[in-house]
Amino acid sequence: MILQTILVLILLANLRKQTRKNAEGLMWERRVIAAIIVSSGLLVLHTTVSDAEVAATIASYGLSILIFYLVFTQQIFAPAKSIALAFLPLVAIKGVEDLLEIFHRPTFKSWYVYLESAALFALIWMIAMLILSSRQRKALERERIKAEERERELQITEKLKQQLEKQVQERTAEITRQKEELQKALHELKETQSQLIHSEKMASLGELTAGIAHEIQNPLNFVNNFSEINGELLDEMREAIEKGDYEEVKQLASDIADNQQKINMHGKRADSIVKGMLQHSRTSTGQKEPTDINALCDECLRLSFHGLRAKDKSFNAAFETKFDPQLPKIDVIPQEIGRVILNLCNNAFFSTNEKKKTAEGDFKPVVSIETMARDNGVVIIIKDNGSGIPQSILDKIFQPFFTTKPTGQGTGLGLSMSYDIITKGHNGTLQVESKENSGATFTIFLPNQNA
Amino acid sequence: MKILVVDDETDVQALFEQRFRKEIRNHEFEFAFAFSGEQALAYLKEHNQEAVLILSDINMPGMSGLELLDQIKRKSAPPPPPLVMMITAYGDEENYNTAKSLGADDFLTKPVDFVTLKEKLKTLMHD
Repeated sequence: MILQTILVLILLANLRKQTRKNAEGLMWERRVIAAIIVSSGLLVLHTTVSDAEVAATIASYGLSILIFYLVFTQQIFAPAKSIALAFLPLVAIKGVEDLLEIFHRPTFKSWYVYLESAALFALIWMIAMLILSSRQRKALERERIKAEERERELQITEKLKQQLEKQVQERTAEITRQKEELQKALHELKETQSQLIHSEKMASLGELTAGIAHEIQNPLNFVNNFSEINGELLDEMREAIEKGDYEEVKQLASDIADNQQKINMHGKRADSIVKGMLQHSRTSTGQKEPTDINALCDECLRLSFHGLRAKDKSFNAAFETKFDPQLPKIDVIPQEIGRVILNLCNNAFFSTNEKKKTAEGDFKPVVSIETMARDNGVVIIIKDNGSGIPQSILDKIFQPFFTTKPTGQGTGLGLSMSYDIITKGHNGTLQVESKENSGATFTIFLPNQNA
Repeated sequence: MKILVVDDETDVQALFEQRFRKEIRNHEFEFAFAFSGEQALAYLKEHNQEAVLILSDINMPGMSGLELLDQIKRKSAPPPPPLVMMITAYGDEENYNTAKSLGADDFLTKPVDFVTLKEKLKTLMHD
């Protein structure tokens, strides 16, 4: 019975371990502890009180049967099954041996040898089973550890994945926000650009209007004066007729006719200035029409000169024109070419004025404009003897927003727009030559589309 | 009395000759014309300052009327310098003041009122 009780106690110790692992094991742990106490108590009783030996043995086996039964039926003890299975034969054989000894000694004596050999086999079985189960347990343990590691790795991966997803979301939000900001900025830039183009047009128109006031006043004065004179001359003519002085009448008639011609001429001059202004302010229709480049150049040069004079009283410069009388009319968009010439003239006058401020002695500012007919088109040369353009910036002057003027005085779009108008709009060329301090020459070539 | 008119508009000559045709016919006035400041100076040099009155526009390309005025008043030899009457644009205070400080004798505003001009010239002549 001692061996059996020890085995049962080992089993119980193992069971207790199982109950601890399990969350619901508290109730079973108490029961297992109770069983350990009872079992130990029975063992003590068995060895110390000789009268209770039989009862203790029977009770101990009864308890063993119950324990084995529970081990094989309760889910919670499933891991201990292999130990129980290892112990079972030995416990069973010892039980049969002990019970036979108590209740039927003759049989016990005759079976003793067999029972002892069976016990030996059961012992071998137990050892084998324990080794096997230990191996299995170890393998299982390794598996479990691996599974735990995998689980941990999986958790880490999951955590990383979540972090990544969060980062991706944040970055996506950031990128979306940046994209929206960029789109907004682009939209604002486009708006600003169109405003700048508009203000560039308005600025050159503003320069025009001042010149126009002066340019219109002169012809109108002539119209008024000559028509008044003609009124007087007509009175005199009537008197001469009454006197019968027909020589005088003839002379007066001739004067009146001359004056009439002048009135007509100056009227037309004013007319063309107003038309030029309207043309300049009007949004370009993009329609090319046969244009007298000489007249356009003359008009723009004068408007530019008078415009600058009106703005700056101290400004003055001489201007020269050398127009080719054989120049054919060519198809261009007059308001656009007008803008280019006006812009180049403004720059030329501005440059001579700059030089005059610093030049010593008798510097004479001169701006000239020359036209020449070519086989396949028309050449316009606008030349000044002003401050010139330094070599270092010569290749930048046609870039948008490049300006040497102080902030607020130039949009930096004049030359770039001029360049676009000539090259893109009219398939021509715009070239510049300059030496610092000795002026600049801009040469426009406009091809004759009909030639 | 010889009057030099300086203006870059060439039709000014026809205008003056017609406006003052009676006076010219009666030899009250004699007119000479220059179409730039430079021409005016050349004329004065050539004709030994025989013009007693110079009537000049301010707004001209090349040498402006103010430069011409300055040259006449400072470099005229022998003194006294001739009378200079400047034509200023309407409301142009700045040019008016500059011309006055440079020694302009009188002013006319554009558009020129020939009735006033005639009166002014006649008073000058009688003085």
